[in-house]
Amino acid sequence: MRAPDAILPLRAEGLGFTANGVAILQDVTLALEAGPPTLVIGPNGAGKSVLLRLLHGLLPPSAGRVTWEGPARHPGRHQAMVFQRPVLLRRSVLANCRYPLALAGLPAAEQARRAAEALALVGLAALADRPARRLSGGEQQRLALARAAALRPEVLFLDEPCASLDPTATAAVEAIIATLAGRGCKIVMTTHDLAQARRLAGDIVFLHRGRLQAQASAARFFDHPPSAEAAAFLRGALLW
Amino acid sequence: MNDLQGAFVQAVGLVATADPAVAGIVLLSLRVSLAAVAVAALVGLPLGALLAVARFPGRRAVIVALNALMGLPPVVAGLLIYVLLSRSGPLGSLGLLFTPTAMVIAQALLIAPILAALSRQVLEAMWEEYAEQLRSFGAGPWRAVPTLLWDGRFALLTVLLAGFGRASAEVGAVMIVGGNIEGFTRLMTTAIALETSKGDLPLALALGLVLMAIVLGVNALAQGLRDAAQRSLG
Amino acid sequence: MFRRLLLTAGLALGLALPALAQDRSITVASTTSTEQSGLFGHILPLFTRETGIAVRVVALGTGQALDVGRRGDADVVFVHDRMAELRFVQEGHGVRRQHVMFNDFVIVGPAADPAGIAGLRDTAAALTRLAQARAPFISRGDRSGTHAAELRLWRQAGVDPASGRGAWYREVGQGMGPALNTAAAQGGYILTDRATWLSFRNRQDLRILVEGDARLFNQYGVMLVNPERHAHVKRADGQRFIDWLVSPAGQAAIAGYKINGEPLFFPNAAQAEPGI
Repeated sequence: MRAPDAILPLRAEGLGFTANGVAILQDVTLALEAGPPTLVIGPNGAGKSVLLRLLHGLLPPSAGRVTWEGPARHPGRHQAMVFQRPVLLRRSVLANCRYPLALAGLPAAEQARRAAEALALVGLAALADRPARRLSGGEQQRLALARAAALRPEVLFLDEPCASLDPTATAAVEAIIATLAGRGCKIVMTTHDLAQARRLAGDIVFLHRGRLQAQASAARFFDHPPSAEAAAFLRGALLW
Repeated sequence: MNDLQGAFVQAVGLVATADPAVAGIVLLSLRVSLAAVAVAALVGLPLGALLAVARFPGRRAVIVALNALMGLPPVVAGLLIYVLLSRSGPLGSLGLLFTPTAMVIAQALLIAPILAALSRQVLEAMWEEYAEQLRSFGAGPWRAVPTLLWDGRFALLTVLLAGFGRASAEVGAVMIVGGNIEGFTRLMTTAIALETSKGDLPLALALGLVLMAIVLGVNALAQGLRDAAQRSLG
Repeated sequence: MFRRLLLTAGLALGLALPALAQDRSITVASTTSTEQSGLFGHILPLFTRETGIAVRVVALGTGQALDVGRRGDADVVFVHDRMAELRFVQEGHGVRRQHVMFNDFVIVGPAADPAGIAGLRDTAAALTRLAQARAPFISRGDRSGTHAAELRLWRQAGVDPASGRGAWYREVGQGMGPALNTAAAQGGYILTDRATWLSFRNRQDLRILVEGDARLFNQYGVMLVNPERHAHVKRADGQRFIDWLVSPAGQAAIAGYKINGEPLFFPNAAQAEPGI
């Protein structure tokens, strides 16, 4: 069953991105279907973050194109993104949560309802009136997730959401991600943490030196690495 | 030394006796400068925020122009407003020359570039942090401007205080467009200038001390509000 | 949130903008000497009490005050440069100039008096001596009535002070008070009206050296700005002020203003051709 305004599958065709004459991403063609989380992995500098930004629409591709099902979609309506370092507004926790909802033009009552629900989901309901930027690192990232989740996006991009968090906070964030995925939100997430990828991934997009090396189900990818580079990466060898 | 001592004693006396003439001048000075800050803020802050977020051809030129306008000599600003508001000028029919409103306009003209240039600097740093996230939410520059203004409110308070300081310290422009009319357009600064011309240096200095005390008080009040608000809002 | 910000700004604006007082008032462009000597502070409340008309005085040099009248930015002009005033009326900027009062100019200078002019009654001789001694002389240099009088006195002495520019002849381009402050600081000589001198506080070692010459006569005149040229001029209230100034009540008020028992201005509205 697809919602009538569903935006998946998302297709990238021949996607490339060049900054200052350096090719960061080249000729990436892939399709993302609704379903369990897609984890984008690869060595540092493989182009993971840039791929996410291209898909989300924050960066204009230098080559190729990104197409959503249905008419062109503005980011912020059907998709959302959470960054490695959460960017919280200088307002209360609740006001942060309501900000994108107000921007999307939701009525005030609906904003309040969704924000309260999202804060409950991430366990921050009790801190709703606190200044957002006074929260701990883990709480801040959970608030960023709540803020994105309140939009009820069909696709949620997560760029290394746990990179700066301690194990406890990481576990909390992973639990939230699993909950959102279980509710049918498509998670597209980068990580440099292979164990995390194994825990969360439904399928894997493996990037190396700006190129798509493999797209496969998690089970297949981890059991039978599809390329020598992938195998080396999984062994923990240094790739560049 | 004697003059300074006399000035200090006289300043204390002026405050202690709540001299009604001085009180009237102080009140008018505050009203004019606060109104000028409000008017200039309505123009300057959004302009500064827009310059912080928008990228358009000629943006650098606007910024350079604003920075240059920060040094606009008050007398030039005063003359400009004088010529505009004079009965023989384009806005003469309003009959605003030699009124407090004319002084508000002149001070606002002087400080609007300051507010715009300083708020741009403050908000540009904030925008660097916010830009990607706001674009992700689908907020264009027009939505980003009010967001930055609100989120930068504590930093902008300092910007407003800088504007208030310049407005209340200003004498050249308000002298020209206000006329220093006793009981009507006489401000702290023009009163100081007048007493200086009358050679009553101790009284001029005493008024100067009162002015400094008031500016200090306004700044302390604003700073206190800012600190309190920041503690509760982050 | 932004609305709240706007609201705050609007509130501040409302509070800060002085209430638009719908009172009866006229604007008078006058000279620093009448304002700073305290004369207006003495006589205007009397007029306002009698008529309910507030008088707003913009005190400038005579030249500037006449310019303010020319532009239509005042209702009445009350200054002290008879030639310039007559020209002002002749050109149609003002209506009928009237005598109001007079006082006199004095030459003040340092007590040490290096040029040795103290006690002279002949202004021309005193100025000639100043130029010969190349003693520092502070000139208003601002087209004021006093400046015009000073230039007239130099002409009568047959001295061109411009030759002393950059040396002993110093034009400050400011009002009487600042010019006196400069003279006091530099130990210079200066021409000043007696009223400003009497109310001036920062004399240091300046004192009156030359006075009493008929050429030092200083006449004040008043005129309504021409309502034919500037329709907004408050003709009735402005004329009321002029009529009061030259009336017995106004003349008595002027005569009644004294500093240390010494009158500063002498009413002479009745005089057709005044002399000292």
